[in-house]
Amino acid sequence: MSKKPSATIEQKPTASNTSHGQAPVNAALTPAQKIELFSQMVRIRRFEERSHRAYTGKNAAGGANIGGFLHLYNGQEAIAVGCCSLMGKHDHVITAYRDHGHAIAVGMDTKALMAELYGKVTGCSKGKGGSMHFFSPERNYWGGHGIVGGQIPLGVGLAYGVKYKGHKGSAMAFMGDGAVNQGAVHEAYNLAALWNLPCIFVIENNGYSMGTSQARSSAGELAKRAEGYGMAWGVCEGHDVYEVRATMDKFLKIAREECKPAVVEIRTYRYRGHSVADPDNTYRTKTEIEDYRRTKDPIQVFQTTLIAEGVLTAESAEKIDEAARAEAEAAADFADASPYPTPDDIQKDVYWESDNPDQRTSQGRLFFN
Amino acid sequence: MSQLTYREAVRHALAEELTRDPNVVVMGEEVGQFQGAYKVTQGLLEKFGPKRVADTPISEAGFIGMGIGASMLGVRPVMELMFWSFYSVAFDQILNNAANVRYMSGGQINCPIVIRGPANGGTNVGATHSHTPENILAAHPGVKVVVPATPYDAKGLLKSAIRDNDPVFFLENTVLYGEKGEVPDEEYLIPLGKADVKREGKDLTIVTYGRPVIQSLVAAELLAKEHDISVEVVDLRTIRPLDIDTVLASVRKTHRVLVVEEQKPFCGVGAQLTYMIQSEAFDDLDAPIGRLCTIDAPAIYSPPVEAEQLPNPQRILKAALALLD
Ligand SMILES: Cc1ncc(C[n+]2csc(CCOP(=O)(O)OP(=O)(O)O)c2C)c(N)n1
Ligand SMILES: [Mg+2]
Repeated sequence: MSKKPSATIEQKPTASNTSHGQAPVNAALTPAQKIELFSQMVRIRRFEERSHRAYTGKNAAGGANIGGFLHLYNGQEAIAVGCCSLMGKHDHVITAYRDHGHAIAVGMDTKALMAELYGKVTGCSKGKGGSMHFFSPERNYWGGHGIVGGQIPLGVGLAYGVKYKGHKGSAMAFMGDGAVNQGAVHEAYNLAALWNLPCIFVIENNGYSMGTSQARSSAGELAKRAEGYGMAWGVCEGHDVYEVRATMDKFLKIAREECKPAVVEIRTYRYRGHSVADPDNTYRTKTEIEDYRRTKDPIQVFQTTLIAEGVLTAESAEKIDEAARAEAEAAADFADASPYPTPDDIQKDVYWESDNPDQRTSQGRLFFN
Repeated sequence: MSQLTYREAVRHALAEELTRDPNVVVMGEEVGQFQGAYKVTQGLLEKFGPKRVADTPISEAGFIGMGIGASMLGVRPVMELMFWSFYSVAFDQILNNAANVRYMSGGQINCPIVIRGPANGGTNVGATHSHTPENILAAHPGVKVVVPATPYDAKGLLKSAIRDNDPVFFLENTVLYGEKGEVPDEEYLIPLGKADVKREGKDLTIVTYGRPVIQSLVAAELLAKEHDISVEVVDLRTIRPLDIDTVLASVRKTHRVLVVEEQKPFCGVGAQLTYMIQSEAFDDLDAPIGRLCTIDAPAIYSPPVEAEQLPNPQRILKAALALLD
């Protein structure tokens, strides 16, 4: 375990720009709600660090704890927390494979998340989906998607469903700065604008798609592409949870009240490599990473803000951090102690009909071995 | 001869063809500055420059389609899909445009494009990243499909693929990238459509391709040692064109066949193969043809369970013993 918790790193970044703190949606927050936002960000950070440690370490049998890819959210916490904190009963969320932060922000149990990373049957997807495929429909969280841009039409579909059912709600469809270049994203933009669907397309612009900088992958300005579809758009900074909330609140209200989509680009940064397997030595400098961490770390920024507001003290922040670490540790213990699925589970959850054989209406063979 | 990894063998094929033919270009996500997501294209950007080795945005439909269009003008693009699983984003370009344009133009237009990248399970990347589309691709007349299992085959076949005047889809394997094998120092080509008997035997023929070739060789060794059974392993290497003659010759020798594929069974390559074997060598068969596939469900993530969903030497061994009962 690292000795120095990054939630209390040495240099002090500037606090949140006070104008965002005074935005109605933030001014209305109680101290307890502010502390909740803070602790969610810390819990995400600690969960990610613990999962990183599990990924690089070995289990008791000498094997890997976690297989496949692990895309960490460190540095981007204020976006998932800020956006998801605005969700009401009929607001929905869908994202890509960098999905742990959103899952925690919508309230999923970190034990079930860690168990999913470990491929255990107690995982949120019974060990079937892995890191990239977390889901919690009961919390309006629709994944967790591995194909770049593939989730965006689904987000439009969620918005369509909300409108169709006559609910006052929205869908937030998250993607990265690289995903904006998928054709499906543009088809989705057009549909949302043409049919007035309450979908907010959130671009988490962390500057890179794998090893490719924004300048090397995208022509023009990312959010401004909305103009081609007659959609509203905005850009904001993602290290300040107040700013994220203030910006998103504006567009979410329009979506819910007027059924209008928008594109919101939130500038952020990822601290770790694209995935844990990325050696991260071909496309950016260590200084670039350190500079961001030192001046814009979203947890530090909010901690400084809340201390200045008198909502938090250094000691209470430390307590929150300790609790977050203990939670992550307990999640790892739970995952480690849980059983794997068995080969008999492979063909479960494929068809509704094969899982509900007594209610089957089709005939013929469903499986071929 | 040198010992090269599969990854190096593919890289050498690319470098040699880039050197030989100024019309060859390599494109894909992260192939240049990042040195390749799986480091296959490492060093190529430095050696050949950005005109020949180009990083693309994450726009598979766009850049694969662009490659197909450029190939119509005589450019010879070798496009990397970071995973073949992402072909679905470019499905229309690959299977409507590349596969059909020659036919629809009455033979006036050629598409000398190669699309290459890994297509395999076994690394716990989940259902969206574990597709093995060789059967789906090969179902389209007009395209060629290659699935090499060894460094030697990968290099010789890729060089032929790049020189081929039809669209060739080249399916590699992330699990095999680090595997070493002997590769000649001098230039060589392996023609597309030529199967290879990887092990001779007399009791049973295993027909397979891709990573299951390696697994079948392990199983064959166990069957010889522990059960005194002599297995012949036929590696198809190319799915279309299909070297059915080599398969039939082996069947006529052993009279028993097990098809092993890292695919779901329904309409898989093995379905076509078993049809052809029974139709052309029915009287030579002493038993129904056996078939071992990936268990019929989307790829499960859970690492130990995924290993059981896929073919593996133990599953192959069991299936072989069942056939010889
Ligand atoms: C269609 C498709 N192409 C390529 C990939 C491989 N891939 C996974 S993530 C990624 C980079 C995406 O970058 P960005 O959209 O900026 O999101 P970030 O990783 O920065 O969160 C790539 C190329 C994929 N998963 N799906
Ligand atoms: Mg990005």
